[in-house]
Amino acid sequence: MENEIIIRAGRSETGYWRDVWRYRELFGFLAWRDIIVRYKQTVAGSAWALLRPLLTTLVFTVLFGRMGKFPSDGVPYPVLVLAGMLPWQFFSNAISASTHSLVNNNSLISKVYFPRLLIPASTFGVALVDFAITLVILAGMMAWYQVMPTWRLLCLPLFTLLAIAAALGPGLLISALMVEYRDFKHIVPFLVQFGTYVSPVGFSTSAVPEQWRLLYACNPVVGVIEGFRWCIYGGLTQSTQTTSSLPMEGFLISCGIVTFLLILGVWYFRRTEKTFADLI
Amino acid sequence: MASDTVIHVEHLAKRYLIQHQAAGAKKGTGKMLSERVQASAKGIFGGFFGRKDIETGKSTTEEFWALKDVSFEVKRGEVLGIVGRNGAGKSTLLKLLSRITDPTRGEIRIKGRVASLLEVGTGFHPELTGRENVFLNGAILGMSREQIRAKFDEIVAFAEIEKFLDTPVKYYSSGMYVRLAFAVAAHLEPDILIVDEVLAVGDMAFQKKCLASMEATTQQGRTVLLVSHNMPTVLSLCTRAVLLSGGVVASEGPPAKVLDVYQNNLRSGLAAASIQGKRCRILRAWLGNEDSDGERAVSMSEDFRLRFEYEVHHPDPCVYVPFVQVCTEEGQVVFHVNAERLPAEGPGKWHAACTVPAWLLNAGNYHAHVYVVAFPTTGYELWAEEQMAVTFTVTEDTPHPARYTFGGMYPGIVRPRLAWDVKRLS
Repeated sequence: MENEIIIRAGRSETGYWRDVWRYRELFGFLAWRDIIVRYKQTVAGSAWALLRPLLTTLVFTVLFGRMGKFPSDGVPYPVLVLAGMLPWQFFSNAISASTHSLVNNNSLISKVYFPRLLIPASTFGVALVDFAITLVILAGMMAWYQVMPTWRLLCLPLFTLLAIAAALGPGLLISALMVEYRDFKHIVPFLVQFGTYVSPVGFSTSAVPEQWRLLYACNPVVGVIEGFRWCIYGGLTQSTQTTSSLPMEGFLISCGIVTFLLILGVWYFRRTEKTFADLI
Repeated sequence: MASDTVIHVEHLAKRYLIQHQAAGAKKGTGKMLSERVQASAKGIFGGFFGRKDIETGKSTTEEFWALKDVSFEVKRGEVLGIVGRNGAGKSTLLKLLSRITDPTRGEIRIKGRVASLLEVGTGFHPELTGRENVFLNGAILGMSREQIRAKFDEIVAFAEIEKFLDTPVKYYSSGMYVRLAFAVAAHLEPDILIVDEVLAVGDMAFQKKCLASMEATTQQGRTVLLVSHNMPTVLSLCTRAVLLSGGVVASEGPPAKVLDVYQNNLRSGLAAASIQGKRCRILRAWLGNEDSDGERAVSMSEDFRLRFEYEVHHPDPCVYVPFVQVCTEEGQVVFHVNAERLPAEGPGKWHAACTVPAWLLNAGNYHAHVYVVAFPTTGYELWAEEQMAVTFTVTEDTPHPARYTFGGMYPGIVRPRLAWDVKRLS
């Protein structure tokens, strides 16, 4: 017969993840809403999604490649930058959007039930669209510079999942914290800006002294970005240098931190979710 | 729980913690992290990820039990009306049943798919078109894409917005917006429907349509929980009613009986322990004759009297003026008047009656709020108030002397019969 829902004080109800699955269409609708609303009433429309990565790539190529003379991993510098921009842009967009998601959707939270997890998660839709556009730019740029991808490109979906996981953990954590502490609307833009320079977006991890690389990998985005570079153009392995830019241990550290943040994010979100309607 | 019980509520309680802050931070602006950090630094280490009820810095928290101990059952196919004054805990109960917020104590068991309408048009996005919003809102209310697609034409026809389907809803009139929102809600097909006052939207004709659709829903054997201030609606739709008062179930049973208890409570002012209660108290308010039991329906052709009794305890010899405000169900104020030429001033037990002339109000449901305002030598002070002290319905006489053969609705809040002068000129 019909399923029975039991709501008991102080106990999270059973079947939460089943509910997440049951509401998957709503997840789709929320993501779709954000995507279409995004470029309504803008003159340049989706051209913005093209301009931003292109201009940033140009600036970083000049800044790090030409002026800073950073190592280029044996590929044209713009390809190196864009391959790093691809996951970084996704990561920063997803986190910025999810930060405000719960507060912006307060009317939903105070009037209807559905697993709240869908709200920050659905903001990833917009970031994924931008991701796809940047991917197309990257393909064009690789064709222009005649950089051939290898079989490793087949791993791209796996690394995309890793990028999603890397953004989901902090995204959930920050969106839930934002409900009670509006400080995060000031903290997040700063973190994102800071992260653009701390993470290997404009340069390769091979620019970091070898003895620091494991420590550097504690920034989970490092593993994600180097993973993307590895499958897009082979990372450092194609270059003349003998060492890999990010050793396997470093990558595993990044993955470990991604997993830790994801578990922390989901845990904190689930813990506070029930109070959102009262606090928002 | 018995097999035909679909909702089972046991010892349900909900506590809210109200924050009082010296800085006066409002609800919705969130709390600043610095307070937590300061509090943590003061030795409450771990307070950051701790419970929200930890006292922080200068702020103090006060407990407020919106629901104290509520238990009831709803059987399959029942239409349960939940009534009570503002602040009795109705909205909190609905929020708990809709799983929007978590109970502090107690348990709820629900069998079947629930749809709750605490508001119409939840999640409507102004930039999206009518068509897009139907899909979005449907999904938010728990419909699948297939269900929405199957019902789409019906929804659009119900809302009467065919021409504006592809216009962003920000360009809609408020009437169109509400109609579309309600149309989506009316086409939900849950096992259990939870509705909060949403019937009080739109114009009269559309309200009738919504009521008819609600009635159809209940006849299909769905279980409905309805919160309403509208007595006629509760009487005509509900099979049973629950009266909430001060966070507990004060009465339960057939709607007519429960509404009587409700009206008596209001009149006897049992629950009227207002802040001003010490100086002045409204004892009861009712409609009709001096000793009337309180009528709820009056016809347009009759004068009627709104009455209330109040007691002034304050010894100061100043005038205490009774006020009456009559509002439509939607909250539109029809008039706000006060007594003139008071016979005396000072403390004592008073009776005030205000005659509303015949042929003034249009047919519909109204609320009367009553107040007592003191006028000392300078200024004025609200001493007692009773919101929705009387709820009544004005019905049209049949035949209405001015209707000819027109059968439709006359718009407007008032419908006076005015002096006309009509002459044939040629």
